[in-house]
Amino acid sequence: MSSLKLENVHKSFGEHEVLRGIDLDVAEHEVVCLIGASGSGKSTLLRCVNLLEPLDAGRIWLGDEEITRRGVDVNDVRRRIGIVFQAYNLFPHMTVLRNVTLSPRDVLKLSRAEAEGRALELLRRFGLESRRDEYPDRLSGGQQQRVAIVRALAMRPELMLLDEVTSALDPELVAEVLNVIRELAEGGMTMVIATHEMSFARDIANRVCFLEDGLILEEGSPNEIFSSPKEPRTQQFLERIIEAGRL
Amino acid sequence: MASEGDRRADPEVERRSRLLSGLRLEGEGAKGVAIALLSTAVFLTVVIVAVTQSPGWPEVKRTFFDWGDISSSFPDIARAFVLNVKIFLVCEVFILVFALVIAVLRSLPGPVFFPLRAFAIVYADLARGVPTILVIALLGFGAPALQLTGVPTSRVFWAGVGLILIYSGYVAEVYRAGIESVHPSQEAAARSLGLSRFQALRRVILPQAIRRVIPPLLNDFIGLQKDTALVAFLGVIDAFNQAQIDSAATFTYGSYLAAAVLFVAITIPLARFTDWLIARDRRRRQAAGGFA
Repeated sequence: MSSLKLENVHKSFGEHEVLRGIDLDVAEHEVVCLIGASGSGKSTLLRCVNLLEPLDAGRIWLGDEEITRRGVDVNDVRRRIGIVFQAYNLFPHMTVLRNVTLSPRDVLKLSRAEAEGRALELLRRFGLESRRDEYPDRLSGGQQQRVAIVRALAMRPELMLLDEVTSALDPELVAEVLNVIRELAEGGMTMVIATHEMSFARDIANRVCFLEDGLILEEGSPNEIFSSPKEPRTQQFLERIIEAGRL
Repeated sequence: MASEGDRRADPEVERRSRLLSGLRLEGEGAKGVAIALLSTAVFLTVVIVAVTQSPGWPEVKRTFFDWGDISSSFPDIARAFVLNVKIFLVCEVFILVFALVIAVLRSLPGPVFFPLRAFAIVYADLARGVPTILVIALLGFGAPALQLTGVPTSRVFWAGVGLILIYSGYVAEVYRAGIESVHPSQEAAARSLGLSRFQALRRVILPQAIRRVIPPLLNDFIGLQKDTALVAFLGVIDAFNQAQIDSAATFTYGSYLAAAVLFVAITIPLARFTDWLIARDRRRRQAAGGFA
């Protein structure tokens, strides 16, 4: 059964059509990486899946439930989908522990002890337990991003969306975040990952989609896309990446 | 958006922020203090000489600065001043709550909430546009005159309502500035975790917004404390009215000075406290490297 399914998704911001008919099928436990230049629609696609942006046309299913139908409970959909943003977006007025327990307590109505138990287990797993009482300002970018991932995981989502989660990090901090994602993939988490880290995508993805101008121009296994891309545009994009030393 | 560490206090910002915080001595140690003392002494001398050499000074001295008048009227005025403080404290609580409601209404997105937004905008415009004394007069004389059962007839009550209505307009705008200063990505993050709009507002947006606007809120409350004297206009015996009564009895104005001293005794500590909060806030943000 597919975990996530998009059908002919369109989205415009004013005159600018950002998504021009996206079809995508993500199987359970599958890791799909979205690659493509900035502005190709990767982030918008993820925000649409999380219903942070309303669609102009098209339909999206999460499991067997259509989440773009009228009258859907958006809060319920969002608690089933975790999203992590490029800029972490931690709550600066809350400690690490409070960041992680806020939604389990307020949305899932867990008791404080239960929510903290769940949070501490996750923080421990990702080496953040000693930071539980710190405020986000005090953490490095890599730590903040790992807390953001933990915060999303604390809701026990069926699906994780990662939006260029390493793009804002200093190079030496990228690895610690990628390792967390790798561990999630090994644990069978279904993920859609927008990324500029090509070697990471090649390593972790079951499938890679190349987006350009709001369309999935080419998709295939990492080997197909990175070693023998068929579309000339994909080839050009990868050549530029190689020139920049990023692959 | 990238590394927040880049924004750590640079010397220029630090220097300007010290200048802005006002009563701070620039320059180096003892030399700075000496210069500050000297210039203050010169300034005061000039002012005192100018005032005491003026042709009307003896008369002003007699009517305003008679120590006997000031000290004899002080106890009465101090007793009346308690009313000003009471009005201030009670109104403040209502203003904080009511203005927050107005500000939240105004920040509701989407076409459904247009009427509420429109109401909040019209309200804030009117409250800030009409002179306070007019509102107090309208309510203080008008509302009791209706003689409706259950409607309080106390003028102090209606003056308080007037102050609450007017100041809520200002305070709502302060709150709104705070709400708008919280980056939209904070709401996106909260909503993406499944929090409802209201939960996101309560847990994520308002706590950050309010923290940022505490200093300007206190500024408005300094204004409110002064404006409690407007109840005198309704014939209520507050500090100002008591001063007027004393003044009429003695044909001097020392009692006004006594009332002024009482107001200043509250507003100046409040102002210094506000400065202190602003400075502390700035230090914290710089220590934290700029976020928040």
